[in-house]
Amino acid sequence: MSTTTSSSVAASNGSSFSLKDFLSSFLLSELFKGLALTGKYAFRSKITLEYPEEKTPLSPRFRGLHALRRYDNGEERCIACKLCEAVCPAMAITIESDVRADGSRRTTRYDIDYNKCIYCGFCEESCPVDSIVETSIFEYHGEAPGDLYFTKEMLLAVGDRYEDQIAAARAADAKFR
Amino acid sequence: MIDTIFALGQGLFEASWWTGLAWPVLWALVKVVLVLMLVMGLVTYTTLWERRLLGWAQVRMGPNRVGPWGLLQPIADALKLMTKEVLRPAAADKVLFYLGPVMTVMPAMAAWAVVPFSPEIACANINAGLLFLMAVTSMEVYGVIISGWSSNSKYPFLGALRASAQMVSYEIAMGFCLVIVLMVSASLNLTDIVAGQGKGYFAQMGLSFLSWNWLSLLPIFVVYFVSGLAETNRLPFDVIEGESEIVAGHMVEYSGMSWAMFQMAEYANIWLVSVLATIMFLGGWLSPIDSVVFNWIPGFIWLGLKSFAVVTMFIWVRVSFPRYRYDQIMHLGWKIFIPVTLVWLVVVGLWMQTPWNIWK
Repeated sequence: MSTTTSSSVAASNGSSFSLKDFLSSFLLSELFKGLALTGKYAFRSKITLEYPEEKTPLSPRFRGLHALRRYDNGEERCIACKLCEAVCPAMAITIESDVRADGSRRTTRYDIDYNKCIYCGFCEESCPVDSIVETSIFEYHGEAPGDLYFTKEMLLAVGDRYEDQIAAARAADAKFR
Repeated sequence: MIDTIFALGQGLFEASWWTGLAWPVLWALVKVVLVLMLVMGLVTYTTLWERRLLGWAQVRMGPNRVGPWGLLQPIADALKLMTKEVLRPAAADKVLFYLGPVMTVMPAMAAWAVVPFSPEIACANINAGLLFLMAVTSMEVYGVIISGWSSNSKYPFLGALRASAQMVSYEIAMGFCLVIVLMVSASLNLTDIVAGQGKGYFAQMGLSFLSWNWLSLLPIFVVYFVSGLAETNRLPFDVIEGESEIVAGHMVEYSGMSWAMFQMAEYANIWLVSVLATIMFLGGWLSPIDSVVFNWIPGFIWLGLKSFAVVTMFIWVRVSFPRYRYDQIMHLGWKIFIPVTLVWLVVVGLWMQTPWNIWK
């Protein structure tokens, strides 16, 4: 290309005529190398995971939908300490508490707004009684903004329904905590 | 068989208005519709094949959700595009803006008129077939320029500028390739060009695929293929679209079906270039080896298989190579391809004058 440069300069920057380079570019050898590479990859087994039929393995620490747990005797764990409400960086948790008829301190309201929640897991970390936990459920949706506002009853229902799964995940992770 | 159907239709009425005028016109229309349907079918499913192949080469699967193996994906895409609104920028020239896509798709379809699918099947078996193809495919660039200019917007304008330079440049190299083929086959008729490849030293031995033009004109075949890539604005020469620089070039302002027409034209052109490469270099409908089984397979299936292989090559090249820089494209076109084809033209011309002429 650089026909005006003197021969010594041309030799030093390697642009002098070389039969090897000429043949290499004229016979398109590098292009064929590239084609061979993509051709080889086209027959490899695919790394795609076909989602609804196949799923990735989830860690027991996976942070998905929240749940409020109960003790084995059916008593709800939450003691309305409001640590989760305080630590929540997105201010997604709203708690109101009162003294129940038997004299114990319980929540009258425990709401998580999933429009705000960032799934950081701080609520779970802060909970002294393992009441609020994050499950590995991530396949849920809301069709209106209000659908993603979960109340205490809904969170307890999630906990009741998936208690086996939640307990198994806690047990699997127990030795690292 | 084709002639019997034609004769059958002609015998329906005795009147001269039918045999002389109405039936030939109707017959031509039927052939046009059939060829267009074939081309449109090829175009829709080439998009799917391209996406699957791109996926495979990138170690993923490509669209496989709509229908078995994703076979309904092109239908879904077509439905989506048809239901989309066709927008027109307020500053665009109304007539030219809508003329652009039509001008792009029209030559891509019209060129199929002279393409022979087997010795006796062609819309029009004209003597100047090659010349007609050169003329019609040259029209392609006007559609791109008109749509880019009439959009009255910056990126489309840049795309049109690039298109006008690139497509005109590679037209010349491509034209010289066709001239060389014309020289060795001594005919502009595409049917004769294919027939001419069926004879020669290797064809007599039964290995007719070695007698086809691709071997004797190998450099020209390569130049033709690469020029075909540039003519159809495919990677690695797709600076006209250049989505990383000018979004989509001349197509920026188009939506819905007006955009789909550019895509139709692109894929129809890919098939056209592939079919022409097959006809001129890969022996058209001839079977590669002279054996009973291979000869029994009908010619249009051989043509289809070979063209499909070339189309696959287009996609394979797309997935392998990064885009050329614009000045490199011009360098390749003007300083390499045109000299190579010109020199080869002289070489072949001299070769044909010697006693070792293999194209007699």
